[in-house]
Amino acid sequence: MTRPVAELTNVSRIYRMGQNKVVALDDFSFSFGRGEYWAIMGSSGSGKSTLLNILGCIDRATTGSYRVDGEETSELDDDDLSDLRSRRIGFIFQSYNLIQQLNVLENIQVPLFYQDDPPEDGPERARALAERVGLSGRLDHRPRELSGGQQQRVAIARALINDPAMILADEATGNLDTKTAGEILELFDELHAEGKSILLVTHEPEVGERAQSVLRLRDGRIDTVQEGRQAGA
Amino acid sequence: MTEGIFVRTVRLGVRSLLLHKLRSALTTLGVLFGVSSVVAMLAIGEGASAEAQEQIRRLGSQNVILRSVKPPEDAVSNQETRVISYGITRADLARVEATIPGLRRVVPLRELPEEVRNGDRVSRPRVIATIPAYLEATGRVLGSGRWISEVDEVRTTNVCVLGYEVARQLFPFANPLGERVKIGADYFTVVGTLLPRVRLDSDPAEAGSESTGEVFISLSTGQKWFGEMLVKQRAGSREMEEVQLHEMIIEVDRAEDVPFVAAACRTMLAREHDQRDYEVVVPLELLMRAEETKRIFNIVLGSIAGISLLVGGIGIMNVMLATVTERTREIGIRRALGAKRRHIVVQFLVECVVLSVGGGLLGIALGIAIPLGVEHWADMRTVVTIQAPLLAFGISAGIGVIFGLYPAWRAANMDPVEALRHE
Ligand SMILES: Nc1ncnc2c1ncn2[C@@H]1O[C@H](COP(=O)(O)OP(=O)(O)OP(=O)(O)O)[C@@H](O)[C@H]1O
Ligand SMILES: [Mg+2]
Repeated sequence: MTRPVAELTNVSRIYRMGQNKVVALDDFSFSFGRGEYWAIMGSSGSGKSTLLNILGCIDRATTGSYRVDGEETSELDDDDLSDLRSRRIGFIFQSYNLIQQLNVLENIQVPLFYQDDPPEDGPERARALAERVGLSGRLDHRPRELSGGQQQRVAIARALINDPAMILADEATGNLDTKTAGEILELFDELHAEGKSILLVTHEPEVGERAQSVLRLRDGRIDTVQEGRQAGA
Repeated sequence: MTEGIFVRTVRLGVRSLLLHKLRSALTTLGVLFGVSSVVAMLAIGEGASAEAQEQIRRLGSQNVILRSVKPPEDAVSNQETRVISYGITRADLARVEATIPGLRRVVPLRELPEEVRNGDRVSRPRVIATIPAYLEATGRVLGSGRWISEVDEVRTTNVCVLGYEVARQLFPFANPLGERVKIGADYFTVVGTLLPRVRLDSDPAEAGSESTGEVFISLSTGQKWFGEMLVKQRAGSREMEEVQLHEMIIEVDRAEDVPFVAAACRTMLAREHDQRDYEVVVPLELLMRAEETKRIFNIVLGSIAGISLLVGGIGIMNVMLATVTERTREIGIRRALGAKRRHIVVQFLVECVVLSVGGGLLGIALGIAIPLGVEHWADMRTVVTIQAPLLAFGISAGIGVIFGLYPAWRAANMDPVEALRHE
């Protein structure tokens, strides 16, 4: 296996609500290799989103160790985690989550905006990515002027702007019709072919089919691991 | 990046505010009114103070002025012709000069209720009979010719000096020097004219009398031709007044002695006069009173302005809290994409400051317009200093920061995962 891009060791995520506690991830250990394309599946409430949020550094493990690209995160403070997110993570959400006040070109650049030392060529990169996802004609449109599929393309371009170590997608095709979802999945295939690491949470078996490997969760634990299938095979 | 992060943040803030134009506009109103009242208040206060200071400069801050005042008339007096005798006397003058130390000069004057004519041009100025020292004591400036001299005083020569307005009125197209004017029934040669006083428009000191302008003759000449009796024509009846001196301007050597001299005069006059037929005017006291009035004025208006600024600030805070809740999801997105807490704080603070400074700038505009209006309609003097708008600008920016801090802090401390799940 290649050097892991994300490595979880004995990670637990426990929600406390008064007396009750919900164990969303239970002593979870796993490594995602660089350049791999994983589908994370499992029934509702099995802890997929919790896992992805921890992987994306927007949530923290209650206990355990998590390394991104070799960097231990449990010691980092809020600012360091934010910095990590703006430089190393590309997040794609089910509901696109674009910023309404900004146009397409600006939305794509938001992660750069928060880097301590942003690159000079942000607008050029954004333009190139917009073209890549097929939106070069819509650079100055606002999100609400776009279809769902187009919005998700913007979100994908945004996830790529900082050249992240891995791309995390939580039900990225959940709101889209089959055809549009297929186009988005094709984009993921291309990204994978280019060597990007992709972790994709999904409910739909046909989406899971396209991934290289599938990780199934049940009650915050690993259920099954299907590794090394070739995409589209 | 081509532009600084600050410029981008401000632009972004403005854009977010423009998403809700009406709400943003209404939010600025509180600050707008607060700031405009601060600016207007300072302008009106400064104007009043400048007015008072100018008046006092005119009267002389080192002067104590004794004036004759007609005592209240007895209600029952239906005589056709009466003689009322009142006011400051030559004996008072002698006593002041003899008993009060530290005086530079004492200038007595009388006012004669006479018309001044040049041919068929008529003027009704204050005809003032006084001694040569008057010019220096009041700081009036000679425009042409000469002032009344000691010789005029001794020889009771029929010469006069015209104030600026009277000269213009009686000799609109000619040089009055050497010309003769008729004061009452006698002819006087014009030997000099005065320059106008600093301000020509409404002068509160003279607003009470219907006369405009002044004509000066020597005290002794006035005595010689017009005597002690002043005849005032009234509808139906004639009134005779006997007033020895209308005014006595006492110039004190050192400013710090003014209160003592004023007190000495009050004591003396109270002892010598059995009726209240005089008043003691102390410009220095007027100055102090004007400053006190200004202070009270500033406190009252300052509190009003302060309250409206407070309300304006709370308005901003209120709207910002609502905005933060409304934009929870946006906050979550930004945090997930790498925004640090301080980025969120700055973003919302900038929006607050843009709101409050926007209100502040409009408020400054309104606050400058109000004094202009007041000056125009209420005939009050106002002075807009440079400091006032700067102060107001600072206050409005400060309000944005202070009242924005809490909403911004709330926004920054949201849990990103929770925020993303909002709605
Ligand atoms: N903020 C929270 N407070 C309390 N419990 C939570 C919270 N977030 C998640 N959980 C619990 O953690 C468990 C895992 O939730 P998670 O969202 O990861 O599930 P999921 O696999 O993504 O489900 P779905 O497919 O429905 O999105 C669930 O039992 C859920 O109720
Ligand atoms: Mg989920």
